[in-house]
Amino acid sequence: MRPIATTRSAAGLPTGLLAVWWVVVSEIVIFGGLLASYIMHRLAHDAWTEQAAHTNTWIGAFNTFVLLTSSLTAVLGHQAAEQGNGRKAARFLWMTVGGATTFVAVKAFEWTTEIQAGYTLTSSTFWSFYYTAAGLHALHVIAGAIIMIFVATDAAKNRELHRVELIGIYWHFVDIVWIFLFPLLYIAK
Amino acid sequence: MAESVATAPAHDDHHGEQSFWSKYVFSTDHKVIALQYMFTGMAMALIGGFMAYAFRMQLAFPGMDVPGFGLVSPAQYNALITNHGAIMIFWVAMPVLIAAFGNFCIPLMLGCDDMVFPKLNRLSYQIFLLSSIVLLSSFFVEGGGFGGAWTSYPPLSSKAEYSLTPLGSSIWLVAVALEFVAFLLGGINFVTTAMNSRAPGMKMYDIPMVVWMIVIASILFMASVGPLIAGAVMLFMDQQLGTAFFDPDRGGDPILWQHLFWFFGHPEVYVVLLPAVGITAEIITVFARKKLFAYKTVLYTAFGTGVLSFTVWAHHQFIAGIDPRMAHVFTVTTLLISIPIAEMMFVYIATLYGGSITFATPMLWALGFIATFLIGGVTGIFLGASGADIYLHDTYFVLAHFHYTFYPIAIIGTFAGVTYWFPKMFGRMMDERLGKIHFWGSIIPFNLIFIPLFFLGAAGQHRRIYDFTNFPELAAMQHWRVVATVAMLVMLGFQLVFLYNFFRSMFRGEKAGKNPWKANTLEWSAESPPPHGNWPVLPTVYRGPYEYSHPDRDEDYWPQHVPN
Repeated sequence: MRPIATTRSAAGLPTGLLAVWWVVVSEIVIFGGLLASYIMHRLAHDAWTEQAAHTNTWIGAFNTFVLLTSSLTAVLGHQAAEQGNGRKAARFLWMTVGGATTFVAVKAFEWTTEIQAGYTLTSSTFWSFYYTAAGLHALHVIAGAIIMIFVATDAAKNRELHRVELIGIYWHFVDIVWIFLFPLLYIAK
Repeated sequence: MAESVATAPAHDDHHGEQSFWSKYVFSTDHKVIALQYMFTGMAMALIGGFMAYAFRMQLAFPGMDVPGFGLVSPAQYNALITNHGAIMIFWVAMPVLIAAFGNFCIPLMLGCDDMVFPKLNRLSYQIFLLSSIVLLSSFFVEGGGFGGAWTSYPPLSSKAEYSLTPLGSSIWLVAVALEFVAFLLGGINFVTTAMNSRAPGMKMYDIPMVVWMIVIASILFMASVGPLIAGAVMLFMDQQLGTAFFDPDRGGDPILWQHLFWFFGHPEVYVVLLPAVGITAEIITVFARKKLFAYKTVLYTAFGTGVLSFTVWAHHQFIAGIDPRMAHVFTVTTLLISIPIAEMMFVYIATLYGGSITFATPMLWALGFIATFLIGGVTGIFLGASGADIYLHDTYFVLAHFHYTFYPIAIIGTFAGVTYWFPKMFGRMMDERLGKIHFWGSIIPFNLIFIPLFFLGAAGQHRRIYDFTNFPELAAMQHWRVVATVAMLVMLGFQLVFLYNFFRSMFRGEKAGKNPWKANTLEWSAESPPPHGNWPVLPTVYRGPYEYSHPDRDEDYWPQHVPN
């Protein structure tokens, strides 16, 4: 039996929803700290512009497109879940997982070419930030995709449909982090 | 909640028999987790206290073969002071004040049967336990425990050739990071529980102050720890992967770490302070039989303190080469933050005014908290002003100042809470006479330890030095170091009285009954100790938590759950 505490809703919002928002808050400050450090360094070092010129804007842009599309399917999944159609919701979530896989695969290809060209984690502080920030983000993509597989498996059997919205919120957050990373690492040259 | 868990398959009765393992080790019951946190915190406090014993002996009697430890080498000395600081803040103050009291009090005071995420709660404790083990293991690797101070400034912490602890410094960092994960999980649980699981009828201003304070502290923690997590990742990569985030020779910036650390480090002071302030509020209202003076003011003040605490961090860096104009700004914000804290202290004194005061042990601790924290707060003003801080920075004055804040928080606040809720935790009363002996035996030596250190600091004695007798101008003041160390031995000795009282009362104490203190808040309407599930029928709330000595009532208290 679940504790009665888990079924109460004094704030008028589902408990899971509240908790996911608090997770997002704590994640915002983690990425906020990292990106603020990067921006301060970047402003203080003009030489970084030259190093940033080597990042591949087209690959970054393609990955932005992939992530945004995967967020769209997450929203469509939420809509299907609201209508009580678990199978449809699961199908959309699997598409999002597909987006995440594509993103990570493209990232792996991109990093391989960068490393082969000699730009490694320790080449310079710019590259350290490049790999750390994008790497931390990629870990979030992978974690989100794994959770989504669980949620989709449940949703396909019409179980725990409210979780489709929760993982969606997290996924949008991961997406928004990339929206900050893309211009900072790939466009500002 | 749109949960489709209508089917409750046949499983064990919620309040029925549980095996030893599911009851005590892998429990999801908030009370058991609270006690796990409390006992782990107490064990870590003993370890942290033992470390203080070893390095204080070295300072008072340099080169001595310390009984129970042996000769303290310079590297060991550094590891001891570093881990003493880290343990007392991250493994004692946080688990006991926030996690133990939060876990115990939040569901009981809000009138529900558990946290909203019981399994997350269990995971939080398990990660915390793991972090403690990881931390302690750092002492047994090659090179020994990390000795670069609990603030872990690079380049000392980032380069093995400086710290001489190639493994210890990384293990320390991993332990701290794990501890943060545990408290992020716990904090989300606390905040969500307080938002969503209040008893029917409990409005925002009917929530007991200690619950509010733990919730605000959890929010502060969540909003401040992120940059340090990012910083810890960067520092770890500097240590192990050869990046140069904090290495000025290769384009990094060591000051960046200080910003990331103190952006968390200063709110952290309020993360641990606020729960202690909340515990004090519960105790002084009960033992003065008076309504809390200005409930809403205290609450808004706590929120204000929380917001302000994000704007003061660079006062730790006045001599780190920051822009003097920035130092002005941070001086102003730092002095501003003393206003809300002073206000809370005045509110408590106003609560006592005209009350019918009983000097029971919890009340003594609560009053001791106000008195000693005041000294901590007042000495902080010297350090917040950048002009004075340039002289006093990194001296024993700073050390004495923050011990005058952290000792009231972590030790006095904890003892206040433990002695107050002990009857609820174990169903028995603690011995009052031993409790008072322990109180005076802790509070007097405490002042004797740290008042001399103010003098030493003002005379220019720097922190983190192995042997002061090598400095002719400081060697003359050795007698103060001896006074402080002897006082510490006395204080540690009196803790045995507490331990004896605690464990004896647990089994042999007088039966407490439901409400030994005649208090109003909901936890006192449950059995002592509360069974799994807390109440047979969860209570409903009819009024605020501090309705003591109401003129229309015969009794001088009016519990929250009584209809009229």
